[in-house]
Parts: sequence; C-alpha cells; structure tokens
Amino acid sequence: MNKVSAQVLPASAGKAKRVLPGFSLSLGVSLLFISLVLLLPVTGLIVQTSGMTLAEYWAVITDERVVASYKVTLWAAGIASLINGVVGLLMAWVLVRYEFWGKRFVDALMDLPFALPTAVAGITLAALFAENGWYGQYLARLGIEVAYTPLGIVVAMSFTSLPFVVRTVQPVLEDLAPEDEEAAMSMGASDLTVFRRILFPALWPALMTGVALSFTRSLGEFGAVIFIAGNTPYVSEITSLMIFVRLQEFDYAAASAIASVVLMASLVLLLGINLWQARYLKRLHGR
Amino acid sequence: MSKHRNSSLRVGERPWTKWTLIGIALTLTLLILVIPLVLIFAQALSGGVQTAWDNLTDAYTLHAIGLTLFVAALTVPINLVFGVFLAWLVTRFEFPGRKALITLIDIPFAVSPVVAGLLYLLLYGSNGWLGSWLADYDVQLMFAWPGIVMVTVFVTCPFVARELIPLMQQQGSEEEEAGVILGASGWQLFRRVTLPNIRWALIYGVVLTNARAVGEFGAVSVVAGNIRGQTNTLPLHVELLYQDYNVVGAFVAASLLAGIALLTLLIKSVVEWRQSRQPEPENHQSEILG
Repeated sequence: MNKVSAQVLPASAGKAKRVLPGFSLSLGVSLLFISLVLLLPVTGLIVQTSGMTLAEYWAVITDERVVASYKVTLWAAGIASLINGVVGLLMAWVLVRYEFWGKRFVDALMDLPFALPTAVAGITLAALFAENGWYGQYLARLGIEVAYTPLGIVVAMSFTSLPFVVRTVQPVLEDLAPEDEEAAMSMGASDLTVFRRILFPALWPALMTGVALSFTRSLGEFGAVIFIAGNTPYVSEITSLMIFVRLQEFDYAAASAIASVVLMASLVLLLGINLWQARYLKRLHGR
Repeated sequence: MSKHRNSSLRVGERPWTKWTLIGIALTLTLLILVIPLVLIFAQALSGGVQTAWDNLTDAYTLHAIGLTLFVAALTVPINLVFGVFLAWLVTRFEFPGRKALITLIDIPFAVSPVVAGLLYLLLYGSNGWLGSWLADYDVQLMFAWPGIVMVTVFVTCPFVARELIPLMQQQGSEEEEAGVILGASGWQLFRRVTLPNIRWALIYGVVLTNARAVGEFGAVSVVAGNIRGQTNTLPLHVELLYQDYNVVGAFVAASLLAGIALLTLLIKSVVEWRQSRQPEPENHQSEILG
C-alpha cells in the first residue's frame, strides 16, 4: 500500500545509524551468502566458456536453430508483456477505483500466477487450450490454434507474469492525488481526455516498470512454456529450452555459451529497470 | 446526460463506464484465473475419487511429496536468516555499495531458472572446477538432493529480504535506537523491538519462499536428473506423469501444489489485513465486515 514512500528517511538517520549493533555481523553474513550463492556459481560459466575460441563461441550462439529461438522468445515475451500492460492496467484500475462484490477475492486471486508452480500452470494451460480442451474446442471452430504453436508461448508467458503490472500500477494509482483530476473534470473535460492528459502521464512510469518486469520474467520463463509450446525446432523452441537441449546432448560448452547470452541480456534488463526506477523515484521526490 | 457527467468528479464514475470495466475485469478473472484453477481439481478427480486416491498414495508420488517438503524445510530457514540479516544491513546502516547490494539480490528474479540450474551444474558437476575437486573426496552434489537444495536456495533467496526492506526502511530505526540507549543487547533488541514490528512481513516472506521452493521446476530439472524415487520433486513428478500420459496422476500431483498456492494466497490476504489493521483498527475492521 505505502511502498512508494519507503525511500524517505529522517534527515538525522545517516549519522545516528551506527549506534545500532550488528553491522559487522550482518555485513559478514550477507557478503558470505551473496558470494557463495550468487557470485561463485558464475565462475563455472566463465571457466566453461573461456575454454572456447571466439569463433566457436560465435558459431554456437549464432547457430540457425538458436537464433530462431531468440526470435520466438523475444517476440512472444514482447507480445505477452504488452498484453499484460493492457490487462494489468485495467485490473489495477478496477481494483483501486471501484467497489463491488467479490473485490477482495479478485484482489487475492491476482497473485495466483506467482504462487502457482510453473509446471502446474504449464499442464493446466496445455489442457485448457488443447484441441478438445475447455477453451481449445471453441477456438478451434474459429480456426485458432493455441496449444503447440508460438501463440501458446504467448499465453503461457502472459499468464505467469500478469501480476507484475497489476502490482506495480496498483500502489501508484492508490496514492494519486485527486486534485488535478477533479479540477479537470469539473471544468467539463471528458473522461477519456482526463485519463489521457492527467492520469496516464502519472501512471506510465509504473506501467512501464511493470511491463519491463513482465518482459524480463517472460524471457526466462521455462516451466509453463514447454508444456504448451510443442517445442518444434525453428518454430516454437524458446531459448531456455535450447540450453536444456544442449545439456541433454552433453554439449556443456554450447549450453554455457547460450546461457551466457541469456544471462547478460537479463542482467542488462535488471540494471536498466533499476536505473529507470531510481530516476523515476528521484523525479517524484524532486517535485 | 451532461448534467450527470458534471456531478462526478473522478474519471470512470459514470455507471455505464464503471460497470463495463468491472464486467470485463470479472470476465477476465474468471477466464484467466478461476477456470484454470477449477480445471486442475476437475482433472484430478476425472477418473473418480478412488483413482485420484490411488495416484496420490502411489509410492513414487509419496516419495516426491517427501522430498519436496524436505527441500523446503532446508531452504526456508537458510533464506529466512539471510533475508533478515540483509534487510537489517541495508535498512539500518549507510555504507558504500549499499545500493549495489540491493540490486544484486534481485538477480535470481531476473535470471532464467534454467540458467540458474546450469550455473550450479557447471560449478559443482563432475566437470566443474569445484565439483571435480569434491569428487576426489566422494562428495556428489549434483543429481542428488544437495544440488536441489542449492539451486532452490538460489532461486528463492530474494523473497524474505524483498518483503522486509521496504517495511523496515519506512519504519525507521528510532525504536531500536531507544532500545540501545536503554541497554538492550543485540538479540534482545531484535526479539523485543524489531521482530514484533516486522512479524507479518516476515511471515509473508517465508510463505512466498516456501511456495516457490515447493514449486521450482526449471532450475531443479537441470540439476536433479529426474531419478524416479530418488531426485524427483513434486513439480518434476508432475512433468514425468504428464509425459507418461498419466493425466489424472499429473493433475493429482498438480492439485497438491495448487492447494499450497491457494494457501499462500490466503495467508497473504490475512497478513495484509493484519498489517493494514495495525494503525487504524476501527476503520478496516468495518471494511472486512461490510
């Protein structure tokens, strides 16, 4: 609810802080844990890929089938996060602005995609969208095939990352000061105009963050996707699966090379989102 | 018509707009969240209660349940301790590299679980520099339960800290400073002052860690090796049964995991309700009753 204001600290806090005990202990535990759990494992990847020549490395990561998997993954994650941008904004709006029967239930259920194990989400979506499934049979009549096509990947990705947009937009919408909106409305501007000119500009940094988080998560999604994607080479194979395939062929070098590409992409995205959020928060407090 | 519009001062308050939006939202909730959930349990029971029971009490399923609970029981305390220490560090002290540390612990959220599993496999597998050294002492971590625990710790380590940091930052450290002045020891300070303040966020962090630990699939499938009756966790068992065309069995195992997910959501609602009730008790109580 009040996550946005979390950055504000009392002015005197900086100096008074070292009064509290446990600095060395908590620093020691945190650094040890981060080094062992997060950083040390990366050395294995570095050792493995440094055994390859640059030409070998390049050949592996630009292999035709692997490049096809980048394309499918990027496209599907892009479409999925855009869908989530629209659906998530709508859900956040309805949950914040309106009162209706069952609202608390809907609000609680919104986190289901995070709480549900991805493998469970995967077999459930595959069953729903299969040709004779609850949704698939109706879509089949319209000539739409979802299961075992790239469209299935989009469905799985948007399901698993839907809460990101809802949960980033919701607190911002709750904390929005009503003055500008009320002033514009009382001067007779239409709903759409006020939304476009006043509300959307205030919401879009949060919306962008949510979409970016949703995109990042979708790029790495594995469990939910592989059950519904059909995993046809060149058509519906995601990059995470390519790593898995190379591993099963015991081609550790190739798996590492592809993984290093994925890892760098996700770290760049993570850093970008963090910088974006820092800038956006600074601007909020600068006013 | 225009008179009606002027009477509402906020966007989307006209009944037609409002109920259309609510209608779309409820339809989407039904299609995206409710029906999939119903399908899980419907499929599990599609062969009758007896079949579901036989699948549930199958020796391999029981073993998978046991292993999954075992992994969670090891993972959650490790990440609980780490999360509390890290949150204490970054919210109570100012030091160079503090922001970098906060960004670092988000890495598991951004990294694909398959990549996470691979990182561990490359380091601790028999080809890895650390793994080959350990192999000399007959220590095998990968394709065995320690590997599953290790990647699960990696994947779930941000949850507790992520729940605690915003809350502890917002609460500030005045109460704890007062405690120090009154002569409290570090442990007393934590137990008597900090813990009561962060209790609910901590519970939710633990619940999230547990939910993810129980359900992790991608990272675990890389390091587990899917040895039935040995390294098969519940999510891996779901996949195995599904690929064996035992759809009922897969959904029986899936419904156990879905049950844990629902419990997680329930605890989250309770925790949020308790948290929002703390400052202004009367206000929110009536909201619940209403």
